[in-house]
Amino acid sequence: MIRVVLPAHLRTLAHVDGEATFDIDGQATQRSVLDALEARYPMLRGTIRDHDTQQRRAFVRFFACEQDLSHEPPDAPLPDAVTAGAEPFLIVGAMAGG
Amino acid sequence: MGRVRVLVGTRKGAFVLTADGKREQWDVSGPHFAGWEIYHLEGSPADPDRLYASQSSGWFGQLIQRSEDGGRTWEPVGNRFAYDGEIGTHQWYDGTAHPWKFARVWHLEPSLTDPDTVYAGVEDAALFRSVDGGKEWHELASLRRHDSAPSWQPGAGGMCLHTILLDPHDPGRIFVAISAAGAFRTDDAGKTWKPINRGLRSEGIPDEDAEVGHCVHRIAMHPSRPDVLVMQKHWDVMRSDDAGESWHEISGNLPTDFGFPIEIHAHEPDTIYVVPIKSDSEHYPPDGRLRVYRSRTGGNEWEPLTNGLPQSHCYVNVLRDAMSVDSLDPCGVYFGTTGGQVYASADAGDSWTPIVRDLPAVLSVEAQTLP
Repeated sequence: MIRVVLPAHLRTLAHVDGEATFDIDGQATQRSVLDALEARYPMLRGTIRDHDTQQRRAFVRFFACEQDLSHEPPDAPLPDAVTAGAEPFLIVGAMAGG
Repeated sequence: MGRVRVLVGTRKGAFVLTADGKREQWDVSGPHFAGWEIYHLEGSPADPDRLYASQSSGWFGQLIQRSEDGGRTWEPVGNRFAYDGEIGTHQWYDGTAHPWKFARVWHLEPSLTDPDTVYAGVEDAALFRSVDGGKEWHELASLRRHDSAPSWQPGAGGMCLHTILLDPHDPGRIFVAISAAGAFRTDDAGKTWKPINRGLRSEGIPDEDAEVGHCVHRIAMHPSRPDVLVMQKHWDVMRSDDAGESWHEISGNLPTDFGFPIEIHAHEPDTIYVVPIKSDSEHYPPDGRLRVYRSRTGGNEWEPLTNGLPQSHCYVNVLRDAMSVDSLDPCGVYFGTTGGQVYASADAGDSWTPIVRDLPAVLSVEAQTLP
């Protein structure tokens, strides 16, 4: 089971209370996790990565296991602890004000 | 008597203000979409409980929200705004060719007759339309393919398409305005577009009366007389009596002719409202006195409206989409400020009362008149 922690504004948008959890087939990667997340919560499409280029939005970061994975290739395997559900995949709104 | 619903978009959420026809006691709901920028909300003229809202943030991009119950509940609809075909370039601040890139929706304009049809004016400047209640958006791309488009440049706030006027007498005719390209008109529902900027003069561009390149801030039209347009340009208040074919200045005795919004009385097509702002670098009222100016003669002769507005130490701005009128009698006039006040007048501007004083900076105000 994959566990995803969304930033507060996206939890509100997707009506998610706590973590989003779901199973995926095969290797957990940024792409497979985000594909599954967006399939379950279509209103999140375009808010984390661009609709067409699939590029991560500039002020969104991906963390797991105390590592910043934001610049990892989208098809790189995520840490085993994320795949096993022992650690969550964190989607974070970058620290910025305004 | 009727009721009024005022839709307020702010830097940090949306607010819905409602009152009966007296417009004295207001119910305030919100913030909706707390923490998000709400550039604009607008209701369908064909179904006033159908609302559309442009919700965006620097973190999470653009969303469009739709309500079926006058703003009590909302659902996100489509947010994919993909330019059609070849992206093309416009001019960047440094003079280089810059590919069009979507930033946000500035303005939503629902169809006059179909609640499911709505237009969106976006940054970088383009016009989109949805015919399914906002689920899918398609660009009316011939505007962006106009021969002049590679020369368009962004204004200080970005290259935004901020004004969309639908001609109630001619379904094929649409007016749009872009900062800082100018005004354009289609007579064939968006298949072809022509610049309509003859008569505009802008000292800040090399050719003062160029066909395009003018920083138009806002255009207004009275539905009974769609060939008459009034415009608040960066500097200058202008009027056209021939659907934009030519413009003449009507700034007259205004204390400054810089400003952003412009509106027209619901029942008097020659009664116009503007909010003079000191200058393009000093975005606040002259002398720290917040004054709406009203012309009852279609321009040139203007009177200050001050009753109930702060007349000292006031340094707020009123943005281009932040003024609106209702269609009750007498006509109600509303505007919001960057200081978070929303002022209402139930007597066509003779006197003003703040409905709310401390909202986040107000980006847009739209008044709906309800049965």
